[in-house]
Amino acid sequence: MGAWIRSAPAMAYLIAALGFIYLPVVVLVVFSFQDGLLPVPPFKGPSLQWYEKMFANERLVESLINSVVVAVSSALVTTILGFLAAYGMARRTPRFAGGIRFILMAPLTVSYLIIAIGLLITFNIVGIQKSLFAVGLGHVVINLPLCFAIIYSQFGDHLRNIDWAAHDLGASDVQTLLHVIAPIMKPSLFASFCLSATLSWDEFIIAFLLSRFDVTMPVVIFEMLRAGLTPEVNAAGTMVFAISMVTVGIAAMVMAVNHGERK
Amino acid sequence: MNRRPGFDFTRWAYQPALIFTVVFFGLPLATMVVVSFWQRIYGKLTATWTFANYNKFFGKDYLVDALWNSIEVTLATTAISIILAYPLAYILAYRVPARWQRFVLILTVLPFWTAYVVRSYSWLLVISENGILNIMMTEFGLIDQPLEMAYSRGATILGFVHFFTMLLTLTIYANLVQIKPSYRKAAADLGASPLQVFLRITLPLSIPGVAVGAFITFVICIGDFITPQILGGGTEVLLPQAIMLQVSRAANFPMASVMSITLMVVVVGVYFMSAKHLKMERV
Repeated sequence: MGAWIRSAPAMAYLIAALGFIYLPVVVLVVFSFQDGLLPVPPFKGPSLQWYEKMFANERLVESLINSVVVAVSSALVTTILGFLAAYGMARRTPRFAGGIRFILMAPLTVSYLIIAIGLLITFNIVGIQKSLFAVGLGHVVINLPLCFAIIYSQFGDHLRNIDWAAHDLGASDVQTLLHVIAPIMKPSLFASFCLSATLSWDEFIIAFLLSRFDVTMPVVIFEMLRAGLTPEVNAAGTMVFAISMVTVGIAAMVMAVNHGERK
Repeated sequence: MNRRPGFDFTRWAYQPALIFTVVFFGLPLATMVVVSFWQRIYGKLTATWTFANYNKFFGKDYLVDALWNSIEVTLATTAISIILAYPLAYILAYRVPARWQRFVLILTVLPFWTAYVVRSYSWLLVISENGILNIMMTEFGLIDQPLEMAYSRGATILGFVHFFTMLLTLTIYANLVQIKPSYRKAAADLGASPLQVFLRITLPLSIPGVAVGAFITFVICIGDFITPQILGGGTEVLLPQAIMLQVSRAANFPMASVMSITLMVVVVGVYFMSAKHLKMERV
């Protein structure tokens, strides 16, 4: 047995752990193809009826569109803000750099729930209506630290030199940023866009508290959960999972290719 | 350096993000602190500046209980997840051949991206009364009647442990592969047994990975509403559920603020207790 992995107990533990990790996922996906009313054994099928039912569910389809809109637009804003911040911090170290980094990273240490409640109360007092736009703002708040950190970590000293070279050759600040720095940073910009789009796509509590009519898909799925176990929820969950995985997978591949090139 | 007169763009590039964070993160938190001293009188928020909400929170047993429930569940989750994740990360780092490591690691953390609202539900499919586990055990004659596993504190912890084991495996693995093999070789050459090498070299050096993972686990776990809401029992609530009740049913923002601040204070306290092990930049 020693060829692949050196000890039998280690192999056994690895298999057991993977079994534990995959058990609920497999059950979720398999029983989304159930040909029956309950997503529990025995498995009859496979059938696509629950996917058909899901796409016939107008509220769900509407929420799917809302989710995509929020994910794409909030990820776009997050990536632009994160890129500018990373550039500003890396190009020349500003005064109070430590303090600025602390503020930018601070939202990471606060629960989404608390961020959501804070925004809810503030919007309520200021008179901003609950809406998809409010949800998007919340998603930018939670994803900005991650995007900033990802992009900032990719800014090396070589970029500082390239930036100076571009300036010395007469490029303006904006030209340098758009035509020199951004193209070099494209892989990490793309990765941070994908990551924040995925996190927004999957986020529940902010979307739940800050939207009223134009709800996102996780909120609608949450409402569906009250009906108990049904293969339709399995189908919806499987689709959300699949889309997240594809997005993250693309981001990971772009990052890996970039990593390989630079080595 | 200032070759160009007038507005220097590069100097201010970090400002939009900073302003955004201050306005949409800092300000709401400050508002929450202010509102926690206000009162809701006849359904309207009124600026009163009193500690009444705090007294009410710490005076009501069921609210303090919710806080304790949350802390207990979170500590149990963190401990169990570390115990499960550490051997897994260790096996990944030291037992799986190098060229397979990336693949197995990705395989291990892939379900991390299962839809968040559906993650707890998928455990219901496994452990509920007519779930797959009960059906299988009945089939094999292990039990006569279905066991009641869902809708309990244990079920909540199970749901949490599943998620955070993946997260901790990632942070511990990232730490383990950074430890130079020469340290372990040197210890072994000097006569340390494999157990001694682990206890005196590997384990102490891997504490930062454990600490970072444990801290992230703590922060996310203690603020999570969905998992206890779906998997938990009707007999007890955790703090996030209690907060949601204040917001959605009573629209009592001052009370929700008090509870959110309490939650934050707990997290900040844990941060300072573990600060010396946390080197966030490295993960």
